[in-house]
Amino acid sequence: MSTTGPRDASSRAAVALAAGLHPPVALRVGNLRVGFGDASADDAVRGVSFEVRAGECLAIVGESGSGKSVTARSILGLAGAGARVSADELSLAGESVLGLSESAWRRRRGRAVGLVLQDALASLDPLRPIIREIGDSLRLHTRLDRAERSRRVLEVLDAAGLAQPELYAGRRSGELSGGQRQRALIAAALALDPPLLVADEPTTALDVTVQAQVLDLLEEVRARGTAIVLISHDLAVVGRIADRIAVMHEGRIIETGTTAEVLQNPRHAETRRMLAAVPVDRPRGSRLAPATAVREPVVAHPPARVPERLPERVPVSVASRTPAAEPVAEPVIALEAIGLSKSFRGPHGTLHRAVDEVSFRLPRGSTLGIVGESGSGKTTTARLALALTAADAGEVRLLGEAWSTLPERDRRARRSLVGAVYQDVLGSFDPRLSVREILRHAVAATAGSSSGGGSAGRRATAARVSALLDDVGLAETLLDRRPTDLSGGQRQRVGIARALASSPQILICDEPVSALDVSVQAQVLDLLDELQHELELSLLFISHDLGVIQHVSDQVAVMNDGRIVETGTAAEVFRAPAHPYTQALLAAVPRLP
Amino acid sequence: MSELEIQASATGHGAGRPPASAGGGFGRMRVSVVELAAVLVAVLLLTAAIVPRLLAPGDPLAIDPLAAFGAPSWEHWFGTDESGRDIYTRVVDGARDSLLIGLTATLIGLGLGAVLGTVAGTLGAAVDFTVNRFLEVLFAFPGLLLALLFILVFGPGPGSAIIAVGLSTAPGYARIIRAQLLRVRSSAFVEAATVQGLGRGRILTRHILPNTLAPLLVLGTLGIGQAIVWAAALSYLGLGAQPPAAEWGAMLSAGRTYITSAWWMSFFPGLFIVLTAVCATTLGRSIERRMRHA
Repeated sequence: MSTTGPRDASSRAAVALAAGLHPPVALRVGNLRVGFGDASADDAVRGVSFEVRAGECLAIVGESGSGKSVTARSILGLAGAGARVSADELSLAGESVLGLSESAWRRRRGRAVGLVLQDALASLDPLRPIIREIGDSLRLHTRLDRAERSRRVLEVLDAAGLAQPELYAGRRSGELSGGQRQRALIAAALALDPPLLVADEPTTALDVTVQAQVLDLLEEVRARGTAIVLISHDLAVVGRIADRIAVMHEGRIIETGTTAEVLQNPRHAETRRMLAAVPVDRPRGSRLAPATAVREPVVAHPPARVPERLPERVPVSVASRTPAAEPVAEPVIALEAIGLSKSFRGPHGTLHRAVDEVSFRLPRGSTLGIVGESGSGKTTTARLALALTAADAGEVRLLGEAWSTLPERDRRARRSLVGAVYQDVLGSFDPRLSVREILRHAVAATAGSSSGGGSAGRRATAARVSALLDDVGLAETLLDRRPTDLSGGQRQRVGIARALASSPQILICDEPVSALDVSVQAQVLDLLDELQHELELSLLFISHDLGVIQHVSDQVAVMNDGRIVETGTAAEVFRAPAHPYTQALLAAVPRLP
Repeated sequence: MSELEIQASATGHGAGRPPASAGGGFGRMRVSVVELAAVLVAVLLLTAAIVPRLLAPGDPLAIDPLAAFGAPSWEHWFGTDESGRDIYTRVVDGARDSLLIGLTATLIGLGLGAVLGTVAGTLGAAVDFTVNRFLEVLFAFPGLLLALLFILVFGPGPGSAIIAVGLSTAPGYARIIRAQLLRVRSSAFVEAATVQGLGRGRILTRHILPNTLAPLLVLGTLGIGQAIVWAAALSYLGLGAQPPAAEWGAMLSAGRTYITSAWWMSFFPGLFIVLTAVCATTLGRSIERRMRHA
């Protein structure tokens, strides 16, 4: 047996497509229900129905916990050992696959349906070269001999857009870049040319330029007649290649339609909320989340605290915000980096310049966004700014005074001026502590041990903790929870509250919203914006996400390979990028229509 | 009963995943049958160690030559030894010595390990280097050999056995503590504490040490079983408790000569050594599991 069988099938579909015939149904799902644990527990998927035709891409979109991944996995019989799967219909290419045995599923996976996962590093065996990883499915499902298998693997790697497949096929997954790994994974899924491809968040872990390439690749695959089910949380990504979109919420499909319909005329309120939360092309100061959602419920706020907002704020400058009567002075520079460089020693003794001659100025009360892809040196820059690592050259100055050059002992007193918000909030909390203890420690750290004793001191600390919670819009009922029991958004709010405990003037945020769903991200961004106004904070905001950066920044610095390649006001950089790298980045950003 | 266990393991799996929403903390994990049994055994062993007369009213040293080598019967549940002493009474009575040896030896090992590991992990590269080389020397000897060496120098006896076992387990603990310390020290929350402006000393006492030493509780519980087995081994070799003391290892050793004719003389002390080790290990593991999900 050879691989020609299934390939014929999909090329037939392509022919049918070209001839304008109705292409055959590749996947039909009717009233799919999936539950875990007790029968009494709420099902993860509650009656989902859809179908996908050959050469069509259906995107299933939803936030975490909406049941989209469970749905995708059920299509491959991979819902898990503890799952209760039931459906009126579940058929691949017209053949029912309901209640198949594990061995029957094994014969179909790879051949009838391929799967592409998000985490390419974890999905490939780190000890085997990718040529053997991809060859496995051929070995199991076909009678090709070794040489033919190798040829076919190189063929699919080439089809998956991996340049010089002969060179890379012999490498292990750890020796490939993120984009190459994702291509290898897609190649593995395509090796048997299955008529249906399920892609679960295939681009989420990728940089924006690589993401664009992978989306192009999926587009090609679809054009060849393969049906694709694309799972994503990102409406903008989906908008690029999907023909139809199904929006999932709490285990149900709440809306389906063509891509244009869903993105331009969303019918369901939940869909509208998700769309509104996408920060791409949303100017600074505009709200992303509905007003009520910014501060989480329970705590009532005097409306006076929310400042009036201009539709589009003039970027930069404290001057524009200070009363007009005062003479316009040179803005105070909250944080300044001068010629920062930092190198790390590589595995073979080579020096890697993580940060190379980086200089920037952060005027007080404004936001400087640093944007770049992974490996561009953003996080090292943040650590240098926090004076957590010593720079090889250059220095960071805080409010015009020495900062990074001080010995840690002298710097400690001024640490309260700088707060930090992390991407991995959970890791930044001592796992033994409850929310109350985390905040209490943070307050005590600034107050100093002298005022810590006595009931008056304790009461003052408790009052400050309540005030902090109030600031970030969290209910006091959460105080005795541990961060592991909180949602991602709540955790990040606790993280922000902790950063604010010392009443800092500067907040350094390293990818603070990257781990969050888009609507939660919107709330956190709105919250940061609001806090900046109230507390006159200066923000150094680091992100890989151009949309987020555009939304939050007054000034933008674009980093690539450890260097800042372009700086300017957010409006300038995003309207007319000067550097080719910035132009390439911006061109790759998926946008809503 | 088995249903209870399945539920317990299912809850364990569920707790392994981070909760999707803020729907309150996890409920208390259910107790499995095995854990229940381990707790029961532990309670019995502790009772035997503290008030042995409650479980076995007789005298463990009372000789009755007429009843020597008696097989297990209604009168003598575990049989009698070569002098007609009741083995059940002796096993119950031996719990105190065996448990005491296990606990103290583990405490000594843990304490020494904690000091060495903390010193290595905090006092800079030179100290770290020295302590590590010292530990490597200790590691070069098999643990039991190290214990034998100690006893050779200080003479046999229960006290020596305890210290010997403690000493020989210390390097392992020191290594684990040092590794844990380094891991905790480079974790994000320690960095966050630095950013908050906490001094090195306060970060060490407030964040690093508690997070390093808390897992030791589990390690210690797991170590008790091992320490008891080792102490029994020393007694078996005649280097720990001396006969006619009712210590399990010594009893095992005494029964060795008659193993073909009077199997019960070795079997029951051996059974209790195994039971105690399994019980301590089970409890250690379940505490570990609970702490991880707490």
